[in-house]
Formats: sequence, structure tokens, C-alpha cells
Amino acid sequence: MNINFTLIAQAIAFAILIWFTVKFVWPPLLGAIEKRQKEIADGLAAAQEGKASLEIAEKKSAQSLGEAKQKAAEIISQAEKRASEILEDAKNQAKEEGDRIILGAKAEIDQEVNRAKETLRAQVSSLAIAGAEKILLKEIDKKAHSDMLNKLAKEL
Amino acid sequence: MEHEGTLSSPSQYIEHHLSFNTQGAEASFWTIHIDTIVMSIILGLIAMGLIWMIAKKATAGVPSKAQAFLELIFDFVDDQVKNIFHGNRHTFIAPAALTVFVWVLVMNAMDFLPVDIMAAVYGFLGIHKWRSVPTSDVNTTFALALAVWFLMIYFGIKVKGLGGWLHELYTAPFGTKFWVWPFNFLFNLIEYVSKPLSHSLRLFGNMYAGEVIFLLLGLWAATGVSGLFFGALLGAGWSIFHILIVVLQAFIFMMLTVVYLAMAHEGH
Repeated sequence: MNINFTLIAQAIAFAILIWFTVKFVWPPLLGAIEKRQKEIADGLAAAQEGKASLEIAEKKSAQSLGEAKQKAAEIISQAEKRASEILEDAKNQAKEEGDRIILGAKAEIDQEVNRAKETLRAQVSSLAIAGAEKILLKEIDKKAHSDMLNKLAKEL
Repeated sequence: MEHEGTLSSPSQYIEHHLSFNTQGAEASFWTIHIDTIVMSIILGLIAMGLIWMIAKKATAGVPSKAQAFLELIFDFVDDQVKNIFHGNRHTFIAPAALTVFVWVLVMNAMDFLPVDIMAAVYGFLGIHKWRSVPTSDVNTTFALALAVWFLMIYFGIKVKGLGGWLHELYTAPFGTKFWVWPFNFLFNLIEYVSKPLSHSLRLFGNMYAGEVIFLLLGLWAATGVSGLFFGALLGAGWSIFHILIVVLQAFIFMMLTVVYLAMAHEGH
């Protein structure tokens, strides 16, 4: 165990080795490891982001689906309402139309009846005049009695 | 286990295995341990070179198995540093910690090579004194600890400024009163001396003791059949236990390095 020049030689070798490691060995290893760490971190972050956006998209799709359903239901109910309205309208119109037709028919019937009555009256009056002419024959002056006969025919 | 005829006595055997391949005048400061330096540099080049080859091709996508293994080590070191040092660790401290951990680990791991077989291999290459474990040479551990020590002072001055650092030498930990300055300085002096000593001697002691125990077991194995049996059995046991020690000591050395450097960044 004696200290000698070996010590200085070893110290120099040590210094060179340290320098070599500092310069050439450590940086590439550190770079590779740090780069990998960063890549892994980035990948994890991207996965997280993807997950989050998927969740958002799912929520959105569920929301729009609900909206669409609601809208469809609204449309259907509106359509039903409209259909019942149309039906109601149609019913009312039909009823009015029917009423009007009935009214028209009644008026026509009345007219017919009046006309038939008129005709009948005319015929009855002419029949009555003819009958009276036959009964009275000469005694009747057509001119003197025609006023009275017309009055009679109107009263019939 | 193999045994060289010329080294028959136990003390000779141990002395042979624990002597360095020296270059230069014996017992002078300018001596160099060729084995320590060559082994540590080769191991450093192989280990950091391999890591560099993997790091160069590092991809942020699916990693290769080698890269995944390297990332385990990287994360392990980075986590430890992150818990201790709160600043920009990537510019120096974390890579320095990785260097310390890997280099000390591979140097410690040389302890697994069986001493006598390696001696035979080296002998075959014409080398007769060669110690495989650089960290069981106090020069290596002290060199590392001293380098960390200088870094400590460097960062202390860099972060607090020269004035701030000197101020802290005299005012921490007991306070700023004039009469406690000498005590503060003495306290810091002891701290600055004891840090590199404990840092280096802990690793050195563990590795050296590990080697000595392997040698003793090798000696035992040379005494006969029962010695061979128990020597081999205990040698295997010690090897397995040593896996823990090798990794643990490398880890402790790295942690202390990080702790010292982190302390230099923070005021008392």
C-alpha cells in the first residue's frame, strides 16, 4: 500500500472517462428516454382527449336524438289535431250543405204545392163555373158574373 | 488449484499475488503500477465503449434488449442522483455518477477471476506479477476520491463564489461569532481530510480484503484433499457473497460521490 504516480495516472483516466460520459454517453440516453416519456405522455393525453370527445359526441347524439323524437311527437300530435280539425270542418260543412239542400228542397216543395194549389184552384173555379153554367144556364150573364166568379176562384 | 513450485511458503504465495507490476524506481513516488493502470483503462474503455455503442443507437421507440438493460442502469443512477441532488443534474453530476458506478463495478468485478488461474494465464504471456483488480490498489481508489474531492471544492467555489466558500469554511457549522471561527475551520478541515480518506479506503479495504480471503482459501486448497474440498466450497461461497460486495461497494462509492458533490452545492 504505497501512494505513487499511479494515482495521478488513474485520476487523469477518471477525468477522461467522466468527460466522455458527460459528452457522449449521457445525452443520447437522456434524449431517447425523455423523448419516449414525452411520446407516452402525449399518447395518453390524446387517448384522454379522444375519450372526452367521444363522450361529448355521444351526449350530443343522444341530445339530438331526443330532440328529433320530441319533434316527431310534436308533428304527429299536430297532424292528429289538424286531422281532427279537418274532420270537424268537413262534418260541419256537410251538415250545413245538407241543411241548405234540405231548405232548398223544402222551398221547392212549397212552391210545387203552391203551384199545384193554384192549378187546382183554377181548375176547381173553372169546374165550378162550368157546373154553375149548366145549372143556371141562360140566367147567367158571363159578363155580369165573371167578376164574382174570379173572386170566388181566388178564395178557393 | 495451481501452485508454482518456487513459491512454496504461504507468505511468499500471498506476497507474490499482492505485488504490483511496477515501473520506475522502487519505493519512490514516480513508480507506476502498470497492471493497475492497464487493467483499469482497458476495463474503462470496454465498459464505457459498450455503453457508448448502445447509447449512440438509442431510440425513443421500442428499445433493444441492450438498450433496455442500459436504461435500467441509467434510471437507477438517475433516480439516486435525483433524490440527493436538486439542481440540473444532467449537465455533470448524473453522468459522472454513472461513470463512477460502471467503472468501479467492472473494476471490482475483476475480483471474480480466480487468482491462480489468472496468474497462470499471465505467466503464459510472460508476465509474472500482475494484479487483476485495480480497486484493490489504493492508488486507484484514492485517485477517484481525490478527483471527487477536487470537484467538490470546484463546485463549492463555483456555486458560492470564492468569498462565500471561504466564509463558510470559517462560519459553518457553529455560527458566525468571531471566537468560533478557529473551531469552525478545524471542523471543516477534518471534514475535508476525512471525506476522501473514508471514501477511498472503504472501497480499497473491501476489495483488498476480498482478495486476501481468496488467497487464503487458495492456500488452504493446496494443503490436501479436505483442504481442496473446503477451499473450493468456501471459495464458491465467498465468490457468491462477493457478488453482493462488488455491487454494493460500487453503489456506495457512487452514492458518496453524489452526496459529496450535492453537499458542495448546498450551503450549510
